[in-house]
Amino acid sequence: MGRQFAQVFLNVMTTLLALSFIFPFIWTVSSALKTGYEVVEYPPKILPRVAQWGNFYEAWTTADFGSFFLNSMIVTVSTLVGTLLSSLLAAYGFARFRFPGREIVFLLCLSGMMMPVYVTIIPLFTIFRALRWIDTLKPLILPSFFGSAFAIFLLRQFIMSIPFDLDESALIDGASRLTILLRIITPNCKPALATVAIFTFMSAWNNFLSPLIFLDSQKNFTLPLGLWFLRSYADDPTQPTEHLLMAASVITTVPVLLVFISAQKYFIEGVVMSGIKG
Amino acid sequence: MENAQAFDVTTAARQRPRASRQEIREALQGYAFIAPWAIGFLAFIVGPLLTSLYYSLTRYTLLRPMEWIGLENYGYALLRDSLFWKSIERTLLWTLTTVPLGVLGSFLAALLLDRGVRGTTAWRICFFLPSLTPQVAAVILWVWILQPEVGIVNSLIRMVFETRGPGWLSSPTWALPSLVGINLWTSIGSNRMLIFLAGLQGVPRELYDASEVDGANWWHRTLHVTIPMISPTIFFNLVLGMISSLQVFGVAFVATAGGPAYATYFYALHLYQTAFKSFDMGYGSALAWMLFIAILVMTLVQQWLSGRWVFYSGEVRR
Repeated sequence: MGRQFAQVFLNVMTTLLALSFIFPFIWTVSSALKTGYEVVEYPPKILPRVAQWGNFYEAWTTADFGSFFLNSMIVTVSTLVGTLLSSLLAAYGFARFRFPGREIVFLLCLSGMMMPVYVTIIPLFTIFRALRWIDTLKPLILPSFFGSAFAIFLLRQFIMSIPFDLDESALIDGASRLTILLRIITPNCKPALATVAIFTFMSAWNNFLSPLIFLDSQKNFTLPLGLWFLRSYADDPTQPTEHLLMAASVITTVPVLLVFISAQKYFIEGVVMSGIKG
Repeated sequence: MENAQAFDVTTAARQRPRASRQEIREALQGYAFIAPWAIGFLAFIVGPLLTSLYYSLTRYTLLRPMEWIGLENYGYALLRDSLFWKSIERTLLWTLTTVPLGVLGSFLAALLLDRGVRGTTAWRICFFLPSLTPQVAAVILWVWILQPEVGIVNSLIRMVFETRGPGWLSSPTWALPSLVGINLWTSIGSNRMLIFLAGLQGVPRELYDASEVDGANWWHRTLHVTIPMISPTIFFNLVLGMISSLQVFGVAFVATAGGPAYATYFYALHLYQTAFKSFDMGYGSALAWMLFIAILVMTLVQQWLSGRWVFYSGEVRR
């Protein structure tokens, strides 16, 4: 009897916790679908009287959301390509070749993950400024073409689990190392590549600090920066704009949710793998 | 050459001269494959790291030529910059609340999900959604929820208690606790919870069965089996949580911009303000290096402390 009671209690706890996690989303979507005057009325209603789907269009056109979205897409897709290519090369190098200093260099690579961004971002700013790259998307994209420590770590672990016999028999058949990477390692690495892709997508899409520092003019903003801009500067006290702000938040969030839902399995595997080293 | 012989007797002794040439070839190919990363590492991490150390010893404001001033920036921070100390106090308060509460919350959430209830995947997604939301969107959403006049929280307070709720983000007393709450919402169900879940699933079933035979209830099991067995995971999450909490920026920058009355003026905001608003790159770099050293020292201390309470199950066998 006591055990059953405990189970019920824990189930209630789980439900309450889940509700408190979910409710802000419901509230956001509901606010995004209300009219400007409905959002500020008291007592508040959970559901809008008539769903204002036009809010999304209005939010999209009020600020330059079309170009924010496009910029975010350009940055995210380029970062994705750059990270996958360069990290796969480095991971293959660390996993399949013996060379002097390999362990120390790999440790150095991992140590980069623990470093606060602030310690490098000031010189990066002065360098990019000297190159006249400030207020372009280049500072956000280019570094990804030189690999990410997290991606290299994940891919290296995965490559090491692929039997070396496969490489060896190909080598005996006269295949070059690059051919082996393309024909054997890459196809066998698909789950790990998917994991890296999701993580890279999310961190590039959600990144706020680098765009804030490296971008100046509104036409170059990415979505998170645009959203922040909309909140900080586009406040028009004569008219409620919260419903548009909420619609814009939904627009910013939906792509991440879509990616997560379509690839949940890989995402969770990646998190677990990254936790194992602890 | 003799050394090489001694190493290679077991493998392909006849091809020794070729093998060593092959080794060189392999090493060169290895270097070639890691070269893009290595170049980037030097250009985007090592180079800037050393450059900022150099900047930190200069007066450098972008407008005037750089001027070597030795340790003056560090002295200014420690002795004369009251905002420096204010921001450290706020940041430590933030770390000491969000890290223990967040790690505990993630652990409890993982315990709830680990009971094998029906629809675990669905619950897990519910718990996980907040951490997926882009930070700016999450903060804006909470700013709206906590809005003093028409926000849902204060509307509920007005309906239930018939009194006005506080101005949450605009009140010096409530701003920091509000941000802590927002942080807990986004971080409890995050990667941290998934890592705990994986850790919990790695605890051998026999231990639970054995403790049950001994008459232990859920509470005893958790305290004497689960927590010792996953202490490495707890430790990992504490270190990671601390490293990121000391760098907190976005949540305060978007929600309160450090205010009101510097109540949420964290260290990284001071750094941003110095380097990218006042363009004082020298002093900003000194601030960055002090943060870097603080994180390094705290990580090492935690590493050292962990020897005292973290239990690695591998130790039993050795």
